[in-house]
Amino acid sequence: MSIKLKINGTMSEVEAAPGTPLLWVLRDTLRLTGTKFGCGVAACGACTVHLDGMPVRSCQTMIEDVGDSEVTTIEQVGGEVAEAVRQAWRELDVVQCGYCQSGQIMQAVGLLTETRSPSVEEIDAQMWGNACRCATYQRIRGAILRAAEILEA
Amino acid sequence: MSVKTSRRGFLAGAAASGLVIGVDARGALAFGVQAKTRDFTPFVRIDTTGRVTVLVKHLEMGQGPATGLPTLVAEELGSDLSGIRVEFAPADNEHYANTLFGVQLTGGSTALSNSFLQYRKAGAAARAVLLQAAAQDWAVPVAELTLENGTISGHGRSEGMGAFVETASAMVLPEDPPLKDPAQFRLIGNPDLRRTDTPAKIDGSAQYGMDVHLPNQMVAVILRPPRKGAVLTGFDAAAAAAVPGFIEAKEGVGGVVVFAEHTWAAFQAREAIAAEWDLSGAEARSQADLRAELSAMVSAAPAYEARADRPMTEIAAAVAGAPRQVEAEFFFPNLAHAPMEPVNCTIEPTADGGVILHDGCQFQTLVQAMVAGALGLEPGKVRINTMFAGGSFGRRSNTDADYPVEAAQAFALTDRSRPVKLVFSREDDVRGGYYRPAVAHKVRIGLDESGAIAGWDHRVAGESIIKGTPFEGGMVQEGGVDPTSVEGTRDTPYRIGGMFVGLTDSAPLSTVLWWRSVGHNHTGYVMETMMDQAARAAGEDPLAFRLKHLTGDAPDQRRMAGVLRAAAEAAGWDDPLPEGRARGIAAHKSFETYVAEVVEISQSDGRIQIERVVCAVDCGLAVNPDVVKAQMESGIGYGLGAVMRNAVTFEGGEVQQVNFPDYEPLRISDIKAIEVVIVPSAAAPTGVGEPAVPPAGPALANAIAALPGGRLVTVLPMAENGVTFA
Ligand code: FES
Ligand code: FES
Repeated sequence: MSIKLKINGTMSEVEAAPGTPLLWVLRDTLRLTGTKFGCGVAACGACTVHLDGMPVRSCQTMIEDVGDSEVTTIEQVGGEVAEAVRQAWRELDVVQCGYCQSGQIMQAVGLLTETRSPSVEEIDAQMWGNACRCATYQRIRGAILRAAEILEA
Repeated sequence: MSVKTSRRGFLAGAAASGLVIGVDARGALAFGVQAKTRDFTPFVRIDTTGRVTVLVKHLEMGQGPATGLPTLVAEELGSDLSGIRVEFAPADNEHYANTLFGVQLTGGSTALSNSFLQYRKAGAAARAVLLQAAAQDWAVPVAELTLENGTISGHGRSEGMGAFVETASAMVLPEDPPLKDPAQFRLIGNPDLRRTDTPAKIDGSAQYGMDVHLPNQMVAVILRPPRKGAVLTGFDAAAAAAVPGFIEAKEGVGGVVVFAEHTWAAFQAREAIAAEWDLSGAEARSQADLRAELSAMVSAAPAYEARADRPMTEIAAAVAGAPRQVEAEFFFPNLAHAPMEPVNCTIEPTADGGVILHDGCQFQTLVQAMVAGALGLEPGKVRINTMFAGGSFGRRSNTDADYPVEAAQAFALTDRSRPVKLVFSREDDVRGGYYRPAVAHKVRIGLDESGAIAGWDHRVAGESIIKGTPFEGGMVQEGGVDPTSVEGTRDTPYRIGGMFVGLTDSAPLSTVLWWRSVGHNHTGYVMETMMDQAARAAGEDPLAFRLKHLTGDAPDQRRMAGVLRAAAEAAGWDDPLPEGRARGIAAHKSFETYVAEVVEISQSDGRIQIERVVCAVDCGLAVNPDVVKAQMESGIGYGLGAVMRNAVTFEGGEVQQVNFPDYEPLRISDIKAIEVVIVPSAAAPTGVGEPAVPPAGPALANAIAALPGGRLVTVLPMAENGVTFA
């Protein structure tokens, strides 16, 4: 079927079978490969994108359920919070292999948009579903705290 | 100025587009113009605008060579790291071999150490020849010129180094360019340097194998045998025809290869295919059989002697006759590497009948040969485009070159006109073999009157990583010992009076492979928990007991004691702990690097939380201190996650785990804080990718055992053997 999607501020019309996860439309059809495939079962968070600004797992979001919601991916996520998060990620050199980091950043931006100065406990709870096999967690936590500081300044 | 031309590329004439500098396979420096790189392959390329490109010969899988190797060049060249372009080297064993192995391979935590002089020399040679060129152009003595931040200055003039690339191209490179005095280093050892790959990894632009989209490409997935040894007898793909984007399904690669226009279609079509298997010759053992077999092996006489300070019976008798004894038996399950990026490989046909392989490739020399073999091509017809790798932990380098060869075999099932991208799902990854071996250990220690170790009788049984591979001839020792099964035991830095290490090989239920830190990930656990048990039996502090067995000033003992002291100090080892808290310490040497870790835990309502991990590392000179710290953090997390929760287990020969929900990765809340101390050292740099793994598990185990009523966990993972984590 043909579906209209609003992705990163532009309308795109894509062909996809019902039941196709948004993840694969982003990656294989639209070539927005910054959104990653890690597990396909909502257990790793590598596929995290924003639907109307809220982090969701794109591997569990069926294409027909997106509707009028606006999809934002790592390639285009912007604004004050995203910039603060990227700056913090650079300052702390969070990344290692990097494969989980798109999802981490999308989740972190979502978290800081909701909660400007999260506690460590809130960070751990909100980031729990984003796995990092390189175990960069210490820096993820530190970078979110740093981003909150940048936003406050 | 003499101008020399040779096969090695000491080229005369004007530079076409830039200067390229490398070190050839024999370690000689070579350079030439970029347009003519056939005779040698460079590490450094400088164009006439002064733009520097460093060709990184090691796979960037998170461990940092895309930062470390350019740092070495930039240091000697006097340039800024952030201005350097990083490019991954092509498959070319002659020029890009790992100097320690003689093949193009990233592994053994050697990326930085084997490149340390090679890349510095390349940078220094570029600097020397550019200065010389400027001296010639300006007709001034070279001694009066300096090169800093891409600019050559002196004698009242100053100009960007790119202006001298053309003149430099006609010059002879110095045989042995002077290297910087370490006291003058600005970049090496500088904790403020940032990774070169961060920008691309925070905006989604970094390209991994999984991101390859070539025009007209097909995606292939494999319906794999449910057990080792199962043989496909037939399949029905009728239902797959209804999946939009499905192309075809063919028997091959040990199962059914499913081709589709895109990934989701391939996954869906595979689900729809019913396959039949002949299981008569298939593996049928279960986890209980494996445990029983390994346990019997460590209790019987070993097949091989890996270390025998005295005859086995004598040491066994010494232990038995000692006034105090400690004994334990351990079991370590198989583990999957589970890199975040499921492995994948794309084969692209080229106009000349060859192929380009797009892969986060860790073992180029072997992959090139194996893929060429699978496709009936000359190795030279197989080019490799090495991409960023979303982790590996050992998975991407194996002597079968398994997933590149599978990609080639799938490609060979087609008419070879379209690129084929072979993709693993997470299920393929978790269930697909290439596991850390399952291993058992049995250790008996005798302590003398003074509380010192008088005898150490150590038996290991497990699946050999090296036997049956092309490395067998070179690595397995006379007598049959696979060194990777016992590394970390018989070469312990502890001074042990009378050690015996025996080894017996078992038959694996699946293919086995090195897993981050190889043998050390289990031997470290056994050595360091047993040291704690022995300290306890001797009534001594675990740190003091270790130091007592690390006397003397030989490097092994001195450096191991050094990291233990540094970690203990940073952790406040002697500070009293509040109730419900405990600490454990462990240290281990692997890949020439010494790491000690102190794990502090809390317990409430019977649930254990890791509060803090303090780590001290001695890796010689820390070229990129922040990368060293990151690798310590990473190894600690990887090691702890596995001992806490991970196991691949078998039922009737079939792997019981499926995906992350039952092969649960470490999560952000599992470790509250990590601190890393780098022990200052001027020794040559050694590896950091793996050595933080071995001490992590035993430090946690020792902390758990130190809780009131605590006990040593000898069967892993902990969560399935009596430990509840918060
Ligand atoms: S790929 Fe969606 S959560 Fe893992
Ligand atoms: S950085 Fe490698 S998985 Fe997170």
